[in-house]
Parts: sequence; C-alpha cells; structure tokens
Amino acid sequence: MTDDEQEIFDKLSELLQPYNEKQIELKPQTEIAVDLAIDSVSVMDFVMEVEDHFDMDIPLNVLSETHTMKDLISVVQARTNKA
Amino acid sequence: MADLLDKNLPLLERMKKVTQAGSRIGPVNEEIISPTRAMIDGRDTILAGTNNYMGITFEPSCVEAGQKALEKFGTGTTGSRIANGSYAIHEELEQELASFLGMKHCIVFSTGYQANLGMMAGLAGPKDTIFLDADSHSSIYDGCTLSGARLIRFRHNDAADLDKRLSRMEDDGGGKLVVLEGIYSMLGDRAPLADFVEVKKKHGFQLLVDEAHSFGVLGPNGRGLADEAGLLDEADFVVGTFSKSIGAIGGFGASNHPMFETVRYSSKPYMFTASPSPASVATATAAIRVLAREPERRVRLQSNSARLFHGLRGLGLELGCDEVSPVIAVKCGDEASTLVMWNQLLAAGVYVNIALPPGTPGKLCLLRCSVSASHTEAEIDRIIELFSSVVAGKHTIAAAG
Repeated sequence: MTDDEQEIFDKLSELLQPYNEKQIELKPQTEIAVDLAIDSVSVMDFVMEVEDHFDMDIPLNVLSETHTMKDLISVVQARTNKA
Repeated sequence: MADLLDKNLPLLERMKKVTQAGSRIGPVNEEIISPTRAMIDGRDTILAGTNNYMGITFEPSCVEAGQKALEKFGTGTTGSRIANGSYAIHEELEQELASFLGMKHCIVFSTGYQANLGMMAGLAGPKDTIFLDADSHSSIYDGCTLSGARLIRFRHNDAADLDKRLSRMEDDGGGKLVVLEGIYSMLGDRAPLADFVEVKKKHGFQLLVDEAHSFGVLGPNGRGLADEAGLLDEADFVVGTFSKSIGAIGGFGASNHPMFETVRYSSKPYMFTASPSPASVATATAAIRVLAREPERRVRLQSNSARLFHGLRGLGLELGCDEVSPVIAVKCGDEASTLVMWNQLLAAGVYVNIALPPGTPGKLCLLRCSVSASHTEAEIDRIIELFSSVVAGKHTIAAAG
C-alpha cells in the first residue's frame, strides 16, 4: 500500500471499530460485511461515518460493488481525487 | 455446485433460536373476533400490533361493499391495469382517493410495497439522484434500487445532513428526488417536514412523502403528515397503503403533477402485475368514505395513543420517540430477553410486534405496539398492565430523567 492508502486504511479501521464486535483483524483483503459478520444496515451506517469524515458522498449503488477494505480505499481515493 | 440456500444457514440458526424460545415466527390468528381481538393459541388475545389504526376491518359498510363487488365483478381481475384489469371500481377508487387527498391525480397499486416500488421506479431513472432517509422502509430502498438512480442516504430526520449532501452535489443535469416518511414504522417518529421544506427551497428538488402510517391518521383532514404540518403543497408526490388505516390491501401514489398519469407507463410494478381484486378495491373505497365522514375516529385514535404512550412511559420504559403517535415502540435490551418478554406478553394475552435488527434502526430490539381507534380504554389499560408485569424493569432500557 502507498502512504496515502495506508492512511485511509488506518482511518477506515478506526471508524470500523465500533462495528467490529468480534475484533477481527483488519487487512486490505478483509471483506467488511462477510468477515466481520455485520448486517447490511450496519455497513451503511459505517459508510455514513466514512462519508462524514472524508466529507464526501458514497452512493449506495457504489457500495453494492464494494466488498473489501481495499475496495473501499479505492472508492475514497477516487472521490477524494475527483474533489 | 453450491446449494443456493446454503447462504441462508445463519437465518436457519436464528429461526431455531426463536422457536426454541417458544415462539412461532408470526403467530397464527385462529379467529379474528374484532379489529382488536383474536384467538391465538386458543386464547382471546388483545391485538396491539396490527397497524389497524382506524379499526375499520369489520366496518359494516366496507364489508358490504366488498361482498357486493365480489358478487358483481368476481374473485379476481386476472390482468394488469394496462390490459384487461381496469374496472370502473379501480377508477372510482382513484377518484375517491384524489378527492380525499385534495390532489388531481392518483394511481392505485396492488400492494403498499408495490406502491413504493412503482413510484420510485416510475419517477426516477439512472440519470437521477434519490436522497433517502436512513430509516426508510425496505420497500423504499428496493424501489430506489429498481429505479437505477444514484442513491444517497442521509441521516434519519436530519435536514442539515440532507442540506450538506445536496450542497456537495454537482449539478449533473439529472432530477433530484427526496424521500421521507410521515410516521416511521419502527419508532413512530415523524419527519420534521418544515425543516426539509426549508432545504427544498434552498436547493430545489422534488419531494415524495410516504404516508403509509400517517394517511388517515394525521392532519385535520387525515391526509397525513403534510396535512398536519400545513405543507400539503410542498409534497410533490404522496405514497400510501390500504393495509393500515384503510383495512384492505393495496397502495397508491398521488400528485398534482400534470404529467403524473405517465407514471402508469413508466412503472413496471404497476404494469406487470394483476390489478387489485374487486373486493379489496371496493372495501378500500368504502373505507375512505368512512374516514372522510367520521373524523371522530382520528380523535379516538389520538386519545388511545396518548393513553398508551403515557402509560408505558409512566412505567419507566424508554419509547421510540418523544411524540405521541399510534406507533409506540418500547426499547429492550437484547434479542434473547426481548424474545422471552414477547412470548410472555403473548401468553398473558396481548400480541405486539417484536422487531429485531437489521429490521430496526441502530440495532435496537423493540416491542412495538400499534394503537387502534377501536381499542377500548380497558384494553389499553390491560396492555399497560401486562407491560408492567412482564417488561418493566426487566432487560429494558430505562427512560432518562
């Protein structure tokens, strides 16, 4: 991971902590919903925290194609660069 | 090859836990005695979770209208509204609804769920953006997905959050639809409509209000939240259902938009399904007439709701919201204890809804009551008494202060 990706990964990990009840170790390839066994509403709530922190909107349509931490890093990066 | 149902194994485990706790997922009503009573497991049970807000399901004029339509038009229409399934009674119902709502146009759908599917998909397309409240009903989420529009979820009842998201959005030439609910089904809270209308004036968008739980219930004319808030002109589109205050099955969309009739042809959930059955259509029309001529039902519902709300709050229980509405949810501690209490309530003679995550906001476990205009004061008091003995002080979240 680049420094930029690592920075986003660290922030996402921090925001994900309240939802990571089983304290699963987070890696770029971690599948957020499946590996952490969190329901679809919790995933959307977590993404709202991400949106607030990075001051961006992540449409639900994009979310349906976003599974891993790495996917989400790419989404945040793409939307940061766009801004 | 994977078995398609393997992914439902976690659901199977959860179903087992529920049944081991002594519950049936959805107890069976062996006999419906009245809008507020049924025989369940051989016991005369008070129904406090039916959304039968107006207690209209046994209203003689509605039953008679349904019987006559059944005899005159048959058991079903066997076709879509755009094929052979349009009867004079469908058009009569649409006119009756439009008149009740004070709107020019109305389209009837076969269920409330389909009304939201059909309205979202009929209104918005892939070049548009829908902003939906985080606590929206599943039918709104599914309708939004079906539309193909870009979907932005804003924080529940937070007009400032919607404002922020609209401010961030670049103008891409597409339409913008904001979707709110009159009364939210799980916690019973209303959308702060005036706040959202301010945001509407600032940014410009089209507003849809789903009045599923507020149609017939709120406002001086029972038209819903927009009626109560004095903001009827601000709701560009209204959605509602017949399965609550109307006591039938079906749903509708209504609007003053001059091109609203075109939605019939841009909405697959309208076109590709059979139209509502004659008996259901006729009972819905009769029920709307009852609501129009008997405003005292709304008064009774308000009074019953206040009685239950204050009674439960008086037990120290934390409720879903601070405003009185016919949806009164008690916040409980965890799934296992909520299931136990729900079973105990049922065994003691009151049926309420049990609502668990992910069907609830904020991972809440709820014992959700819905009040009817037909509940007697004695029934309301009995519900409070049973919550006192079964629920109060046991694994619930106590009200602050």
